[in-house]
Amino acid sequence: MLGLGVDRLQADINRLLASLFHQGVLDEQFLQLQQLQDETSPNFVYDVINIYFDESEKLLRNLRLLLMDREFSDYKKIGLHLNQLVGSSSSIGARRVRNVCVALRSASELSNRPGCLRGLEVVEHEYHYLKNMMHELFQLEQQRLLAAGVRYPM
Amino acid sequence: MAVGEVMRMEIPAGGDLTVTTPELHVLAVDDSIVDRKVIERLLRISSCKVTTVESGTRALQYLGLDGGKGASNLKVNLIVTDYSMPGLTGYDLLKKIKESSAFREVPVVIMSSENILPRIEECLKEGAEEFLLKPVKLADVKRIKQLILKNEAEECKTLSHSNKRKLQEDCDTSSSSSSSHDDSSVKDTPSSKRMKSESENLSSLF
Repeated sequence: MLGLGVDRLQADINRLLASLFHQGVLDEQFLQLQQLQDETSPNFVYDVINIYFDESEKLLRNLRLLLMDREFSDYKKIGLHLNQLVGSSSSIGARRVRNVCVALRSASELSNRPGCLRGLEVVEHEYHYLKNMMHELFQLEQQRLLAAGVRYPM
Repeated sequence: MAVGEVMRMEIPAGGDLTVTTPELHVLAVDDSIVDRKVIERLLRISSCKVTTVESGTRALQYLGLDGGKGASNLKVNLIVTDYSMPGLTGYDLLKKIKESSAFREVPVVIMSSENILPRIEECLKEGAEEFLLKPVKLADVKRIKQLILKNEAEECKTLSHSNKRKLQEDCDTSSSSSSSHDDSSVKDTPSSKRMKSESENLSSLF
């Protein structure tokens, strides 16, 4: 009877992941991260994703500050920030975030400020969507651990 | 075992002789904290000892190639570095390593998220072992590890053959009967540190 909770949660997790892959939000690099998690490093995915969130939010904040400034002209700096975002997004399998960052980088290479502002909005939107999905995933996994814990008391 | 003693290897019937390979020590260089975390895990899960640094400058400091004093008795089997880094790029770091006498034999692998052919050619020409496209995968790391181990084993074999020949000459000049068996005391000659560690691993089987 207790096993049902675990199975249902696992099904929810699988469904969420399948949906994220189908939408192109995540790609096979995310699977690679999951492969790197084991008993010796049981929180690896959670840890890397959180490091990614911290770093990305700093970069996104800086990008917004730079672009909101009407006197702004340092497109090279924008490019450097975006290189970081493109790289780290690709390393964790955040395919859609990576792609919209690449698009924003192209706009910055053309020194197109309105284009950059629009592009930044898209990046922020995709980033927050990813973050919400990851939080949902981690919550489900946490619940499943707890449900499994009840089934196998220590 | 003393130098010159003959080491007899008792190979069990069935013939399986597993030798544990000594752990490789890898220096990983990347300015991205996310990528450092990932590459470190990729290497650790592949049974490598890992040191990560966040820049080419820090890497040179660690290796003692910046004029200062690096870690003493440093043994690095492989250096993996990102290409695009602020300050010293991976290419600059590669050049400095290949120019040094202490580390020019250490294989250097370059990683980059950009598939730029002239960049790849430039790195390989400068002596990079391989050029990996990011994101780096477990299969990439496993392949590189095999390559490094194979290179080191081949170096041992070359040394082993030249030692065997020398030993044969020494035996021939002496009046006692020669012990120039193929699997004789060659492995125990202390002329190479790497060979010594390999023989230590072998002797732990008995």
